[in-house]
Amino acid sequence: MASIDIESVRKSYGPVSVLHGVDLAIKDGEFIVLVGPSGCGKSTLLRMIAGLEEVTGGEIRISGNRVNDLAPKDRDIAMVFQSYALYPHMSVADNMSYSLRLRKTAKDKIASAVSSAATKLGLDPLLERRPKALSGGQRQRVAMGRAIVRQPKAFLFDEPLSNLDARLREQMRAEIKKLHADLKATSIYVTHDQIEAMTLADRIVAMHGGVVQQVGTPLELYDTPANLFVAGFIGSPGMNFLEGRYVKTGEGAGVRLSDGTVVPVAPRAGLAPETTVTLGIRPEHVVIAKDGMLEATVDLVEPTGFGIILHLSLHGLPFKIFTLDRDALSAGPTVRVDFPQKHLHVFDETGSRAD
Amino acid sequence: MKSRSLLLTGAHRLAILAYVVFALFPLFWLLKVSVTPNDLLYSEGVRMWPSRMTFEHFNFVIAHSAFPTFFKNSLIVSGATAVVVTVLASLSGYALSRFSFRAKYWIVALMLITQMFPLVMLVAPIFKMLSPLGLTNSLTGLVIVYSAFNVPFATFLMQSFFDGIPKDLEEAAMIDGATQFIAFRQIILPLTLPGIAATLGFVFTAAWSELLFALMLISGNDAATFPVGLLTFVSKFSVDFGQMMAAGVLALIPACLFFLLIQRYLVQGLTAGAVKG
Repeated sequence: MASIDIESVRKSYGPVSVLHGVDLAIKDGEFIVLVGPSGCGKSTLLRMIAGLEEVTGGEIRISGNRVNDLAPKDRDIAMVFQSYALYPHMSVADNMSYSLRLRKTAKDKIASAVSSAATKLGLDPLLERRPKALSGGQRQRVAMGRAIVRQPKAFLFDEPLSNLDARLREQMRAEIKKLHADLKATSIYVTHDQIEAMTLADRIVAMHGGVVQQVGTPLELYDTPANLFVAGFIGSPGMNFLEGRYVKTGEGAGVRLSDGTVVPVAPRAGLAPETTVTLGIRPEHVVIAKDGMLEATVDLVEPTGFGIILHLSLHGLPFKIFTLDRDALSAGPTVRVDFPQKHLHVFDETGSRAD
Repeated sequence: MKSRSLLLTGAHRLAILAYVVFALFPLFWLLKVSVTPNDLLYSEGVRMWPSRMTFEHFNFVIAHSAFPTFFKNSLIVSGATAVVVTVLASLSGYALSRFSFRAKYWIVALMLITQMFPLVMLVAPIFKMLSPLGLTNSLTGLVIVYSAFNVPFATFLMQSFFDGIPKDLEEAAMIDGATQFIAFRQIILPLTLPGIAATLGFVFTAAWSELLFALMLISGNDAATFPVGLLTFVSKFSVDFGQMMAAGVLALIPACLFFLLIQRYLVQGLTAGAVKG
């Protein structure tokens, strides 16, 4: 097991820069999830840690040793690919033992490593099969087995669950979490699925446009997003945003919306009056109330079974509410809503959080 | 609906049958003439099978002509060319498929250009080059020339096979502890067997039936290949069709055996199950 340090790491392909200086210190045994939309550079960063992409600038250290110029094989890390990348001409057992055979490990050691990994993953009856005779979930398990037989310094996961159906994904997610609790191996996991990020991570690294937007525990990112991107990206359905101007009121502060309504917020020290701000509130925090201060038109009612998502128009802009209250099914044509102050997020002109 | 699909299937099979008959008829004719006695060849008119069969042509070709030497030469030249070209094309095809390097574009363009000239244009310069090197009238010279002309196409062929193999596989192997070369040898190459078989087969048959260079670069019987040897049956006044066809039938045998050997890989798609797809 090992710590991984990433220091002002940059990556460019010719004139195109995809990572603009990433800093990240990953502790031994930590489960880090890199999350962000396609093209944010998360996979590139992972592949640079693996040694599959050259580092344009900065430094990557595994266990304190600089690995920038080390070949993948010398970094002692394992990787699970989105495509699984199983060797099709080898049996499951041979797939899992390939790395050990390359290292000329003794036969009995290989056998015991493979069988213990197979037992852990429930692959015992499949060891002699070829990958093409396996289902998606089984292939996924073999790919993980191939990683764990080696007991590497770190595990890298590149969107490992993207090719599975929803139910299997949920199941494998739980298995990965259990496996990590079991092995306590330093893990870096790339995904664009924020549920995976929230459920698996010790810390989430939210990335956008080749820049790290925020690093923190899942709840830190959820409760105190550092900027508009993180606020909008984490959470489903996503956070609602309303444009307004920050104003001082008699007893405190507020945000004046386009129709003149002032939504009271806690005073923000860094904000000058009349600056343009964005007000954010999560759909589950909006309260439907007969005497609510804002009126919205109901566009669409989406029952999910678990709860209900109301799609509204507020000042002509889309706005969502998530509620467990079944009465919302018959809501309409308009509802009045309130925003509890403690759940309001304020972002300044640059999109950064204002506290 | 059902009768319609039945009709379509029937038409499909019929079309295939027509094509197969069309494609195989010359081979049948070859066989037919090779077993027709000389006295019947011109006297019986056009018949699907002679009224009397004979193997005397085969007997003559094997026992009393230089054909065994021609066969041996052809086998050596075709086999060596096929192996040399496939090894070179595998390596260069892999490089073109996986690496980006300076002048890659120009190398590809150059290789394409070599395929654009009619070979006849090149016979004289090649003879001029090989002659001082002592490579005319030698099997080695033929292997070199054939290899040179087949490598570009074979490279493109192999490249397309490598392109079909997901890059993830060798990346996984490299993370598992393999160098790029070991990943190529242990992971990629076994998956490219169908491509290698296709390339081997293509180059072998091309070399097996090549006439122009063999005719120009080889004089005398010692280093002649089988297509050149066939011409010995054409004399100034007559063509000995029976013996020529018998030699032709015999020449088919190695090619058939070769394809029997590699057909398992030709039809097999080994990459199934490698990645989700």
